[in-house]
Amino acid sequence: MGLDEKVQAARERLDAHVREMVEWHFNPESGCKFWLDHAAKLDFDPREKIHGYDDLRILGHFEDEWLRGGPVRRWVPKALADQPLYVFETGGSTGLPKSRVNIRDFQTDYELFSDTLSDETFPRGADWLMLGPTGPRRLRLAIEHLAQHRGGIAFHVDLDPRWVNRMIKAGNHQGLQDYKDHVTDQGLKILRGHDNVQCLFTTPKLLEALCEKVSLSKLGIKGIFCGGTEMNAQFNRFAREELVPGVDFIPTYGNTLMGLACCKPYDPADNYAITYYAPAPRAIFEIVDPDDPERLVDYDEVGRVMLTTLTKEFFMPRFLERDEGVRARPIEPYPWDGVTNLGLLTQLSDSVVVGVY
Amino acid sequence: MLHIPVLRRGEPYRSLNVNVLKDIRTGEPVTEVSQANPGLIVRDLARVGEARRELEAFSVAELLEICKRAADLFLNGDLPVGDDSQSPDDYVRGLSATTGLPEALARKNMTKSHYVLDEMETVLGGLTRGLDLEILDRGWGSQQGRRVSYRRETDVLGAVLPSNSPGVHALWLPAIPLKVTLALKPGRQEPWTPHRIAQAFIAAGCPRSAFGFYPTDYAGAGEILQRTDRCLLYGDTTTVSKWRAKPGVQIHGPGWSKVVVAGGEAERWQDHLEIMAASVADNGGRSCVNASGVWTTSNGRAIAEALAERLAQIEALPLDHPDAKLAAMPSLEAAQKLSDYIDARLGAGAEDVTARFRPEGRVAEAGGCAFVLPTVIHCADSSHELAHAEFLFPFVSVVEVERDALLERMGPSLVVSAVTDDRELMQEILTATNVERLNLGSMPTSHVSWDQPHEGNLFEHLYRQRAIAGPGIAA
Repeated sequence: MGLDEKVQAARERLDAHVREMVEWHFNPESGCKFWLDHAAKLDFDPREKIHGYDDLRILGHFEDEWLRGGPVRRWVPKALADQPLYVFETGGSTGLPKSRVNIRDFQTDYELFSDTLSDETFPRGADWLMLGPTGPRRLRLAIEHLAQHRGGIAFHVDLDPRWVNRMIKAGNHQGLQDYKDHVTDQGLKILRGHDNVQCLFTTPKLLEALCEKVSLSKLGIKGIFCGGTEMNAQFNRFAREELVPGVDFIPTYGNTLMGLACCKPYDPADNYAITYYAPAPRAIFEIVDPDDPERLVDYDEVGRVMLTTLTKEFFMPRFLERDEGVRARPIEPYPWDGVTNLGLLTQLSDSVVVGVY
Repeated sequence: MLHIPVLRRGEPYRSLNVNVLKDIRTGEPVTEVSQANPGLIVRDLARVGEARRELEAFSVAELLEICKRAADLFLNGDLPVGDDSQSPDDYVRGLSATTGLPEALARKNMTKSHYVLDEMETVLGGLTRGLDLEILDRGWGSQQGRRVSYRRETDVLGAVLPSNSPGVHALWLPAIPLKVTLALKPGRQEPWTPHRIAQAFIAAGCPRSAFGFYPTDYAGAGEILQRTDRCLLYGDTTTVSKWRAKPGVQIHGPGWSKVVVAGGEAERWQDHLEIMAASVADNGGRSCVNASGVWTTSNGRAIAEALAERLAQIEALPLDHPDAKLAAMPSLEAAQKLSDYIDARLGAGAEDVTARFRPEGRVAEAGGCAFVLPTVIHCADSSHELAHAEFLFPFVSVVEVERDALLERMGPSLVVSAVTDDRELMQEILTATNVERLNLGSMPTSHVSWDQPHEGNLFEHLYRQRAIAGPGIAA
């Protein structure tokens, strides 16, 4: 099948998935209180009007403010009400954190992601170190599940990003350095004490801090999965050329609302530019005009990321992210639109302190 | 497009993250500037010991020769910028286009850096009070019959530099002949001068590895400040306040420089009008040594009126005009915003005396640029906010206070030109803890003697006298 046909097939799969999810979330037998209440205020029945992805437009844009505060059970689909529940926070730099309930989505997301990892550099049965934000986030459980799914054990060291942001705001440079040392020292103890740790998840800042102290390849690390707001082409290059040459370095973009996007496989022709593809049809993003989100920008043009999440656990149509990037063409393994050079939305970048950890 | 690279141990490095600087007149791109990611700076700083050893292989005398050659190359040479070659005119035009400094003032500042490089031996003589510089090569020696030895406090001097005036770069130049390597973070709009100085040094025979040149963001600047044992930090009050507590960071915040006219000289104020005008308006009022206050014990109103009339003659001219004396603001909106900020604080004892002499208003346009015209405020109240304000254009508040309250009320000052026949007051100023540089007599605050320390002595910042004794030392 050529790429065009794959794109067409993926699109048909997306449209069918949209119909299935809309039926699920707006059916009083299976849907959650939030969406059923929302539907009651509409002058149409979404199940009748929405036949594919493009029709989601009539629902407008999801507002993440709806996720602030409780009761969180209003988000639990009736058909899943008897399942064990997780709640994960997102944001939290300002005001009351936003929460998303989760049942098994994070496990599914990371199992799908696992399929994209190389068995040579992320060996089956190898153990993992996760050095990054744990706490009330999805990430710790997700990485642990990824390790377990691949037959390994995950060791954890926590980093509290809200504390880091507090120190940055206070200009407490020494405190920041001490905290970074505190976190990396714990990580190094694990790496030195457990021979089978061959895979690492961490943030760009912590990767730098670790590499200041040791050679990760000498300590047996073969694959690194790295995510965070500092990730960009220059960091990708710096990591591959200088920090961890010879180690498989996989940048990722994920969040509690979407799940985990995959990175286009490394190709020297890209000059280290990072392109992400959402895990369609469970989530999909479009790159839209920041001043007119109804307009998709052309390929190779910069726009705002508009994210749609479509799982049985969570329905989030057309949410405008705080991120922008270049609209990228579909590729063989991911025959739908991607985004290159993802970064904080220019309009916001002066006013938001994010993730300098 | 022209590309200004990062310099890593003196080697050009093109980053995948670039910042484009635009001509403030047209918005047209002038140059790309490679941006160093913070981790790259950290990695380089970890290896700086090797570079210092290469520099230390030279004697101070050899490095002074290199300074002389670098002086000439900086002023007259064609020097590399990325893959291109930069003539002195290219440098002046680029600098003027992205910072708004008139070309004539850019050239004048070039001569300052040239002078310091060319006369480095005199400059070091001033900073070390005449130390036999071979002592730094040998490690110890005799000075006036006493054994002396100095310990270098760092392998690298970090410098987080401003964009306001290229003259400030003269201050870190002595580091090289003092055998300390550099990690420079240029101001966002002004990568031009530190890059050109580094290239002049390299072309003059200085080891390339002595130069780290890192255009970067706030986090990158933080790494330089955090990880160098000695550093210079230029910035506004908010920026510098977060680093005051860290030892080894020498702070260069706002100058709040002042002309003090007191006693009988305050009666003869007309004799000092020119030095007051020069203090305020030299170099477009952009330097920390420009006066933002004239503090007097009498005739405040008359001084303000006369100074206003005199400074109102300075016109807004295009940046390439040979007589241009004012630097342009980044945009008309920025100029208007600054002007509105001042207007919002007038009244309550503060009056813009210049308004009468320039009926068209404080904001002007010329040659595609916006300017804020020189402004003289008469402050009846010495605690008024504008009596303690400082802006990046010729701005001065004239404040009349009682003699006994003067020193305390005027607050901290980088430079004071003290024009007074009041011997006791002069003595009080000499012993005051809130005055850094001091000119005694009728002299502009903007006058700089390069053989004198500036806001801290760089030699003392980089070296510390150590006790030395023992049979291994010949008398």
